[in-house]
Amino acid sequence: MPNLKDLKNRIASVKSTRKITKAMQMVAAAKLRRAQDAAEASRPYTERFNAVLGALSASVGGSDSAPRLLAGTGKDDVQLLVVMTAERGLCGGFNSSIVKLAKTRVAELQAAGKTVKVFTVGKKGREQLNREFGDLLIGHVDLSGVKRLGYANAQDIAKDILGRFDAEEFDVATIFYSKFVNVVSQIPTALQVIPAAYEASEDDGGALYDYEPSEEAILADLLPRGVATQIFAALLENAASEQGARMSAMDNATRNAGDMIDKLTIQYNRSRQAVITNELIEIISGAEAL
Amino acid sequence: MADTVQFDLVSPERKLASMVATEVQIPGADGDLTAMAGHEPTILSLRPGFLTVKGAAGEEQFVVTGGFAELSADTISVLAEIALPRAEVTPEILADLVSTATQAHEAAEVDAHHETQKLLADLVHIAEHLGFDAHL
Repeated sequence: MPNLKDLKNRIASVKSTRKITKAMQMVAAAKLRRAQDAAEASRPYTERFNAVLGALSASVGGSDSAPRLLAGTGKDDVQLLVVMTAERGLCGGFNSSIVKLAKTRVAELQAAGKTVKVFTVGKKGREQLNREFGDLLIGHVDLSGVKRLGYANAQDIAKDILGRFDAEEFDVATIFYSKFVNVVSQIPTALQVIPAAYEASEDDGGALYDYEPSEEAILADLLPRGVATQIFAALLENAASEQGARMSAMDNATRNAGDMIDKLTIQYNRSRQAVITNELIEIISGAEAL
Repeated sequence: MADTVQFDLVSPERKLASMVATEVQIPGADGDLTAMAGHEPTILSLRPGFLTVKGAAGEEQFVVTGGFAELSADTISVLAEIALPRAEVTPEILADLVSTATQAHEAAEVDAHHETQKLLADLVHIAEHLGFDAHL
């Protein structure tokens, strides 16, 4: 049985932990709102962009002259997995669930005899993957210095990946990130970006566009941008998911700390009472013995 | 036919403008063009330049640095890589863009020289137009 002093210290320590988790939860809530706003603000661009590319790729996609970014290299032997995670921990299962999805995919692809390469964005994913697949890692982007995610960050990542595609380092690229549904639910998602799979929307399938300069030139211009746009959208979703996950994890932690404090306080009071009772018994039996 | 179009200008980071316009001057890759209501459905890519929108509320000008525009009879959507209202463009932002373009131009392969040269020239032209060329 721990003595009173130990219990008291323990209660004090759990109380300060609760303060920290509470503060982290509130910070995450504020950041989540900002992240959601950013994701919201990028949506019109992404939607339009995908609609235009959908229409374009529907008209060019079938032909032999389709660019490699759209049609692919004709093989799927070398697979690049771009795993995007957070730079920081303490956000529940956020990082692990993305990594888990990626690991399952690596195992599947390797079982099918494909060569797998892994590109990581975010420190946490790299650390986790490094243990098992250290030799598959071919690149890493560190975003820990970035205060506010911008399109430029996505462009840098896209440029790196496109450079590797041009150098024929891989045939298929898939990005792994977490889709934000709400604070308690984030879905780890895999999305193939190269070769791109754009879906033509049904309603403007009939619209015939003129292209200036030419259909091919525009497609060649837009496809690399499409990769950057998708990465940007994924980064923003990830940022919102991370804060959402952190918020609910910290909410849980705060609640658990509260429960723990209650239990420890009861235990503390009981032991104090026991000490008092003990002393009384000693005094009384001492007096009786006289 | 209505003589106005719904004009939207979006960049990946935010929506800059959404309004009813009578005419929009767009810096197309092959030359400027003015789009009005009833335009033939067109997709064109942009070069760095000024985008001018004329609407009921007067004229608004934006600086865009590439991207593309989707025109149809009753909508004009411009999806720009970087777009800023003219008043928000500072010499620093432009100097940044110009130096990036200069580096890209110097690093470019010979067969891409023409394009990077053009991009650089367009950016310098914007700077000159705004009177920022002293900062470059």
